[in-house]
Amino acid sequence: MRRDIFQAIADPTRRGIIALIALQAMTPNAIAENFNTTRQAVSKHLRILTECELVKQEQQGREIYYSLELEKMKEIDKWLDQYRKIWETRYNQLDTILSTIKKQKK
Amino acid sequence: MKNDLLFDFTVDKAKKTVTIVKEFAAELPLVWDAYTKQEILDQWWAPKPWKSSTKFMNFEVGGRRFYAMVSPEGQEHWSIQKYTSISPKTNFKIYNAFADKDENPELPGSEWDLNFSEQNGTTTVSVTIYNESLTRMEKMIEMGFKEGFTMTMENLEKLLATLPR
Repeated sequence: MRRDIFQAIADPTRRGIIALIALQAMTPNAIAENFNTTRQAVSKHLRILTECELVKQEQQGREIYYSLELEKMKEIDKWLDQYRKIWETRYNQLDTILSTIKKQKK
Repeated sequence: MKNDLLFDFTVDKAKKTVTIVKEFAAELPLVWDAYTKQEILDQWWAPKPWKSSTKFMNFEVGGRRFYAMVSPEGQEHWSIQKYTSISPKTNFKIYNAFADKDENPELPGSEWDLNFSEQNGTTTVSVTIYNESLTRMEKMIEMGFKEGFTMTMENLEKLLATLPR
């Protein structure tokens, strides 16, 4: 199942997790220590983030480390940038039209 | 931008909003018309080479605008905008949703809040778009604007160069 990335980052705990593991890869236990919540809840958040492909897991010995999927985070910015360009173009066109109408009125 | 008029685009991922603020070198009544009159709106709403084609538009509370973004190949992407609130020349609100060609909206849509103000002949328009799910935005871009974009910017530059200043 494909999840909504923005749903994933709308939750404050999940945003906290992202901020934490952006600095270094961490185990679920180490992540849970930073939150006032159960280890189980943190696991659930990690599962959602993994399903969104925002985080990746890596086995090191007996531990699983979670780290941020930087490319995916960039992807979000990329399509927001596309959206920005749509508005920029649209508004450039409106600038032109407004100036044309103003000239016609004179 | 061809001038130094403000264009600002901000994203608040936590609040799931996008806000676009733009200044125009025109008086408020004209800018208001450009957003609320079909014949002007269709001239700028679609980033070229796409075309905006409005089938009907009733600018009144509860009224709707049903329009298509038409690609250069003639492909139509329909949307319905319902006007949920209007304060003349100050603010209006829209509920925007993609639709099929038979006016059936594809929910959920997005909520738009448009504010207009004028100072010394410069009109500022602030558009805040709230998306229940920003996947919609992703969809909109997937729908084809992506490919057209580089071309769009070039076309626009050409067009601007031909227009009298």
